[in-house]
Amino acid sequence: MLKFVVKRLLLLLPTLLGVVTLVFFMIALSPGDPARVMLGERASAEQLKKLRAELGLDKPLGQQYALYLGRVLHGDLGKSILTQQKITEELRQRLPATIELAFTATIFASIAGIVLGVAAARKRNTWVDYSTMTGALFGVSMPVFWLALVLIMIFSVALDWLPTGGRMDVRLYFTPITNFFLLDGIILLFKGEGGKIFFNALKHLILPSIALGTIPLAIIARTTRSSMLEVLKQDYVKTARAAGVPEWKVVYHYALKNALLPVITVIGIQFGLLLSGAILTETIFAWPGIGKWIYHSISARDFPAVQGGILFISVFFVLINLAVDLLYSVINPRIRLQ
Amino acid sequence: MISNELLKIDALCVSFNTQRGKVRAVRNLSLGIAEGETLALVGESGCGKSVTAHAITRLIPMPPGLIESGSIHFRGSNLLSFSEKQMRAIRGSRISMIFQEPMTSLNPVFTIGAQIAEVFLAHSKMSKQNAHTKAVELLKLVKIPDPEKRAKSYPHQLSGGMRQRAMIAMALASPNPGLMIADEPTTALDVTIQAQVLRLLAELKERVGMGLLLITHDMGVVAETADRVAVMYAGRKVEDAPVEEIFTNPRHPYTLGLLGCQPSAPANRGAPRLTSIGGSVPDLLTLGEGCPFENRCNRALPVCRENFPSAAAAGSAHTYYCHNPEAPQTEERRS
Amino acid sequence: MDTKPIPADPGFWADSWHQLKRNRAAMAGLLIIACFALLAIFAPLLAPHNPLEQVIAARMSPPLSSGHLLGTDDLGRDMLSRLIYGGRLSLIIGIISVSISLILGISLGIVAGYFGGWLDKVIMRVIDIMLAFPYILLTIVIVAILGPSLMNAMVAIGISQMPRYARVLRASVMAEREQDYVMAERALGTSNFELMFRTILPNALAPTIVQATLGVGEAILSSAGLSFLGLGAQPPTPEWGLMIASSKQFITSAWWIVTLPGIAILLAVLGFNLLGDGLRDILDPRLRD
Ligand SMILES: Nc1ncnc2c1ncn2[C@@H]1O[C@H](COP(=O)(O)OP(=O)(O)O)[C@@H](O)[C@H]1O
Ligand SMILES: [Mg+2]
Repeated sequence: MLKFVVKRLLLLLPTLLGVVTLVFFMIALSPGDPARVMLGERASAEQLKKLRAELGLDKPLGQQYALYLGRVLHGDLGKSILTQQKITEELRQRLPATIELAFTATIFASIAGIVLGVAAARKRNTWVDYSTMTGALFGVSMPVFWLALVLIMIFSVALDWLPTGGRMDVRLYFTPITNFFLLDGIILLFKGEGGKIFFNALKHLILPSIALGTIPLAIIARTTRSSMLEVLKQDYVKTARAAGVPEWKVVYHYALKNALLPVITVIGIQFGLLLSGAILTETIFAWPGIGKWIYHSISARDFPAVQGGILFISVFFVLINLAVDLLYSVINPRIRLQ
Repeated sequence: MISNELLKIDALCVSFNTQRGKVRAVRNLSLGIAEGETLALVGESGCGKSVTAHAITRLIPMPPGLIESGSIHFRGSNLLSFSEKQMRAIRGSRISMIFQEPMTSLNPVFTIGAQIAEVFLAHSKMSKQNAHTKAVELLKLVKIPDPEKRAKSYPHQLSGGMRQRAMIAMALASPNPGLMIADEPTTALDVTIQAQVLRLLAELKERVGMGLLLITHDMGVVAETADRVAVMYAGRKVEDAPVEEIFTNPRHPYTLGLLGCQPSAPANRGAPRLTSIGGSVPDLLTLGEGCPFENRCNRALPVCRENFPSAAAAGSAHTYYCHNPEAPQTEERRS
Repeated sequence: MDTKPIPADPGFWADSWHQLKRNRAAMAGLLIIACFALLAIFAPLLAPHNPLEQVIAARMSPPLSSGHLLGTDDLGRDMLSRLIYGGRLSLIIGIISVSISLILGISLGIVAGYFGGWLDKVIMRVIDIMLAFPYILLTIVIVAILGPSLMNAMVAIGISQMPRYARVLRASVMAEREQDYVMAERALGTSNFELMFRTILPNALAPTIVQATLGVGEAILSSAGLSFLGLGAQPPTPEWGLMIASSKQFITSAWWIVTLPGIAILLAVLGFNLLGDGLRDILDPRLRD
């Protein structure tokens, strides 16, 4: 098992190197002069020269690449032009918000998706199945940003139940502990400061999580359904029924444990995708995470920030996929005990 | 006709509604098994043996399946009138089943021990610990070496023969088993293992005193284990007799054909071909009211197309369904 | 399945069409796409107004008001006309993006699958690295670099979708490469180029067609998203995503300006997804028995 993990990690190195290289050349070889693009048409020759020197753009490409690689290996992603802050610092501040949103969206999508998928499989070719699968099809065909606006229109504007955006009401400002507001809320609850923070954070998470979670929900429901149908056909399900095991136990214990194996992989991949897919959702809900920050960096033509952001998210994505693979082999006895 | 009757199937009809039409998989089938008796149900693939077995435990998927008519009495009560809840109490406790594929019939993500324990837990109130201890005892009973360790193994860690033993253990996980249905339990196993598993099955059957419905198409297996034999063809029972009678005095041409093929050769495993009879099993969709064997039978008469023959008796316990049966064998010709 | 016709055989496509006709969901998808295509082709005839014409007096008229079946937007432009022209644009965007993608993906996939060896290894490595980037992020960043415009959005979508076509085609080319009919052609001395594009490609294309159908839907969705972020179509183009973006502030007062373009996107994408799912059931060899 350890050998397997090490092997997978080693196989990952060329991919990671490729990712860094691609990110570098994407920016370096972009049409036009990056310094000019960043500073705009009216920048003076002086300013341009200064920025080029700052970014190392005046050196030959090969040398630029070597320098970039060296910096990245030391965990240095450079400075944002806009804020002059270290990009790693910018990311660190925003990561908890993004993870918190992606996480709650994934939880919502997984629970609802699995429940609906199992129901559809059990009631195959009934209205339960048809409506779930039609809903799932609508889910993957829907523009997320539009769904977000419609949700705001209904639940924030018309009904006034939920906030339109942000992570927390301004009046409840507090000094974050972990920067995961739900977690902070729980900690404060135990410190005897009441549940206000927790519930306010939760309220702010509902709409963005639904918007962000809709596509994964649809995909998880479809996967669960087809996986469950496949498993229910298996001989061992018949064995369990023939042995008089109660039907609910056959379905929710015997069959589901098998059916979830492929679903867990899908959930993991979706979680990875949500970290980046949050660009639209974070922008609409004014969610102070990495997605919104990348969007602003793009609008501001802050290329070092864009470069750092995409590199970070991609590496994160690759690592999550690896973690999912490893998790799969840990929970599947057929692989684990080989 | 049998006094201490364990199972009695009467005029059972089972069909499947498929996209191509109604498949009548079992037609007007009657069978009886006495307490402690072994009945072998034989016939080519696709002739309705498994459907019969599943009908007994009411595990036919409905839809597309449907038990149209008939009755299945187990120790005097009609299983077809039972509620699903009553049925569940019977399955795995009074009537247990073993399937053909030991590779796929055990759940890959649970240990062997947990799967056997689950059967105990389904039928009686006991602690998980207790159920597990009993599972280990059963593994010992089916002669699995090192049962404590094997109980903690997953199916893929066991050989095919071991898995089939584990399946047998699972089928025995009951305080008072009455009937065991073994649907081609050795077909998927190596020839050497087949004999061991069969011997184990026969031995346990004696020891527990249960009836056995053994589905197979291996006449060698039949000769070794069965008390009585029922021959099925295309959903119909065509002959039913004590085992010696079947081998020495077969009356239905199909039975004779079955005896002519040698399924113990490895190439024949799983799908015996009746080399001695030309053709193959007819399409159940298009089958009429005549004898289904008519198109392959070298003794067929015009009447065979018209209707299916009624039962004819050749001795007290031997019935067959044929318009133009084989001649009875005399003592001299038998030797 | 011994007599299964090979895909290049006209019988294969006729057979597939017959199967598709019996798939109600796929037919519904085809119907939706056909409606959009007709609306797109005859947009100038069918649209009641010029989609760019602003009638300030009729600003934000709700649906069913006189002369405006689906109402007008914040600048008094007729919603129905804008939606029809938006459909034309979306269809064009979808087709062009996927065409770009297919040209790149098919070239790479067929070369990798046909020649194998180090060429295959290099191409697949690059594809794997591209797949290490989440699709949406990759698209956004490519547009960000190229500069916001509709053309660049299509190029970006084309590049981001390319890996999947290359992969799918490579797999089916590898399977076809060893078939008897290819061997026979090869023995006749047919050139590699002809073998690749004349002999193998038509037979290996089916799974790629499935992916491309789903890809058009996804391209429509992505381009709407890019335009929504201001990275695709620019005002006053009647692009669906852009229409949603520029009406954001009116969600309190004029629901239809936000809602209708979204429903249009949903329907169009739904059409391609329905058809794609239906085609997958028929054409994907992994699902064939
Ligand atoms: N779930 C089902 N749906 C449709 N037809 C079935 C189904 N199960 C069995 N059958 C039909 O019943 C017939 C008998 O099958 P079976 O009992 O499995 O044969 P065997 O004697 O080999 O065990 C088959 O020809 C098959 O067509
Ligand atoms: Mg069978």
